[in-house]
Amino acid sequence: MNAVVQAVAETRHLLSGNEAVARAVWEAGVKVAAAYPGTPSTEILENIALYPDVYSEWAVNEKVSIEVAIGASIMGARAFCAMKHVGMNVASDAFMTQTLAGVVGGLVIVVTDDVGLSSSQNEQDSRYWGRFGHMPILEPADSQEAYEMVKGAFALSEELNSPVIVRMTTRVCHVKAMVTVGERETHEPAGFEKDPARWVLTPAAARARIPWMFERDGKLREFAEASALNRIVEGGDRRVGFLTSGPAAMHVQEAFPDAPLFKLGFSCPAPIGRIRAFAGTVERLVVVEEGEPLLEQELKAAGIDCHGKDILPRMGEMGPDVLLPAVKPLLGEPWEAPVGHRRQSLFPRPPTMCVACPHLGPYFTLSRLRNVIISGDIGCYTLGAGHPWNALDTTISMGASMGVALGMDKGRGATDGKKAVVAVIGDSTFLHMGMQGLLDITYNRGNVTVLLLDNRAVGMTGGQDHAGTGRDIHGEEAPRVDFVKLVQALGVKPERTHVVDPYELPTLFKVLRQETKIEEPSVIITNQPCVLIDDYEKHQPYKVVDEACTGCGNCLDVGCPAIFVTRRDKAVKPSGKEVDLAFVRIETAACTGCNLCVETCAPDAIVHAAPTHSVKFQ
Amino acid sequence: MTDKDVTNILVVGIGGQGVMTAAEILAQTAIVQGFDVKKTEVAGMAQRGGVVSSHVRFGPKVLSPKIVTGTADILVGFEAAEAMRWSDHLRPEGVAMVNTLRLEPPVVSLGLYDYPEDPIGAMREAGVNVYAFDAGAIALELGDLRLVNTVMLGAIADHLPFPAEVLEEQIVARFRARKPKLVTANEQAFARGRAAARAAGRAEAATA
Ligand code: SF4
Ligand code: SF4
Repeated sequence: MNAVVQAVAETRHLLSGNEAVARAVWEAGVKVAAAYPGTPSTEILENIALYPDVYSEWAVNEKVSIEVAIGASIMGARAFCAMKHVGMNVASDAFMTQTLAGVVGGLVIVVTDDVGLSSSQNEQDSRYWGRFGHMPILEPADSQEAYEMVKGAFALSEELNSPVIVRMTTRVCHVKAMVTVGERETHEPAGFEKDPARWVLTPAAARARIPWMFERDGKLREFAEASALNRIVEGGDRRVGFLTSGPAAMHVQEAFPDAPLFKLGFSCPAPIGRIRAFAGTVERLVVVEEGEPLLEQELKAAGIDCHGKDILPRMGEMGPDVLLPAVKPLLGEPWEAPVGHRRQSLFPRPPTMCVACPHLGPYFTLSRLRNVIISGDIGCYTLGAGHPWNALDTTISMGASMGVALGMDKGRGATDGKKAVVAVIGDSTFLHMGMQGLLDITYNRGNVTVLLLDNRAVGMTGGQDHAGTGRDIHGEEAPRVDFVKLVQALGVKPERTHVVDPYELPTLFKVLRQETKIEEPSVIITNQPCVLIDDYEKHQPYKVVDEACTGCGNCLDVGCPAIFVTRRDKAVKPSGKEVDLAFVRIETAACTGCNLCVETCAPDAIVHAAPTHSVKFQ
Repeated sequence: MTDKDVTNILVVGIGGQGVMTAAEILAQTAIVQGFDVKKTEVAGMAQRGGVVSSHVRFGPKVLSPKIVTGTADILVGFEAAEAMRWSDHLRPEGVAMVNTLRLEPPVVSLGLYDYPEDPIGAMREAGVNVYAFDAGAIALELGDLRLVNTVMLGAIADHLPFPAEVLEEQIVARFRARKPKLVTANEQAFARGRAAARAAGRAEAATA
């Protein structure tokens, strides 16, 4: 995968859009690159980190990552940051001012939209930031274009004196396609020039920059009209022409190979003049947008007649299977789907916690507590909302669990008066945006019990390092934040701060029950690493002794995916009540011997097994 | 679709099974053969035991990375029910190469859903051309469950638009560089997979 780091110019490689971006960043002579991991953008920085001549870092959140990039740009260095769409919301405060100040060294931000919601709390169209921030948006359709556009974006940024957003979607980030690479340019930082009127954005200074920005808007428009990134793909069948950008352009070409296509690469500001001319050459114009009807509305406002979301879906990906049935009827041609095999209905296979995940114990414990409201957070923690725990009542956005919990505590009516409010958050998420929420709880004397599940990784995105892991992006030793001291500095009393082993169920129960009864902020920190990272140590696996298993099914409630049901039965209790029985087995090859299920098994039916060849299976 | 020259291969299974690696090797092989290649995953949080599918498309020119339902030439199923889930993506004459392994997810263990009695049978009943065999057993016999990947690639080797040897060379080359000890095991796994698929094909033909 990393061969591309050494790849010589003019060679072709199969690269994901994210890998292609990393190569382009390096080739553009970038000095500083920062990001916080988030699907589908994570691999961009992971790959940049492989190039030794770029300073790269995991920032604690997206706002800080862009601040780092801004600082480098002010020094005249080329700077880069990457984030997912929701990260842009976090970064927007710094970014909306920076666009007013402009850049010195080229400043490029890749924002990745999770079109179709593979792993996000919402679907967002980041093209809006271009309009909002008065800055250009480039939209690559595949890896080669991602490479070319990102590389070119640095020069564009310097020429236009504006940060540039490259908007990518999952189908560019995670699709591998052929890319021809080039060489690294040298780009020496120009050095800092004192200019408080520009860099100190007081109201007076900012006010003075606004006319300058409007002037730039005019220049941006000219650039967009002239840009070779906006190009027409000729087609003989003029009954319908398409206006589109990004991977949707590939889907259109696949579905309607003979139709003319105007493909926008430099999509903000929209080149309205050229679009109008194109519209005049086709019988009807269809705007294909992944996300909002943004261009469609601009076109309609400019008096250009077009179809768009009247025939196409408002959300998700615009693949050929979506385009064909929507557009064919416009041409009076019925659409018949390819005759494949019939769809088979089947159980769902949602993501679940890993075998022996250190969060199994906390969620198992939470699922046993009565009278609690649990405010959850993003990441693996969200999985606690699933079976068998059903232990989350809310998940809003990254780091929001504590603020939401405080609101629940303060807003509760008489019916919820006796309930305990618990907030659950992960280590990286806590450092990203959670700390302020905890400070608000202590400061405003909220009655919230916080479970800070420290698994020493950004788990959901693949176990990246952060300020709480003791390692940096290169895996090298780095200062590690002390969570106990940190939460105490934020106002949690020492006697209300606990560190517990999440595999010790009795302690977990005891501490959680005790703290939820005390009407003060408390924090319970767990201290075992994610099973996917190197620090995790396996123990001797377990098996179930068939004859001893009573079929109580208690172990199943732990939710470890290595435990399987072998047989179901019913039994009548002495009280006359009928109970369901589930006899189980443990997949010894997958079991890590974490001991959790053993603690739940009353008849001691779970015993050590001979170690077998272990497999990774979640 | 429009371009009949494009070969569509859909590799499916569960997070952690090696689906992505198998797809990667197929894509690399197609590059060596001079094709334009696109490869994409449809994996919502796949690392967490969810469904994983990888689309590999190659030909003179590939546009959309995604295989449209009903147009896949080969379906490589690393798990029986997952193969069944994706069988609607196969074109009518397409081939489903399926590992008979059954992996029940927690929702089944918890009794919330049923795992199909006979996924392979259900696929056959729907008219799918299935080649089924126990790839896990072969891998374990050869000493490492992780060899399932190579077994499955060996199994589809006779159905690709390039010689089996080119694919085998791509697999072996990966190990020659990093883990030379595993070269022989992978060669054996490839051959065993290929033979198993042929036997499964004969059995299929006999019952059809
Ligand atoms: S000991 Fe039990 S809970 Fe822990 S990994 Fe093994 S089966 Fe899973
Ligand atoms: S907890 Fe023990 S007795 Fe109950 S089902 Fe599990 S193994 Fe059997």
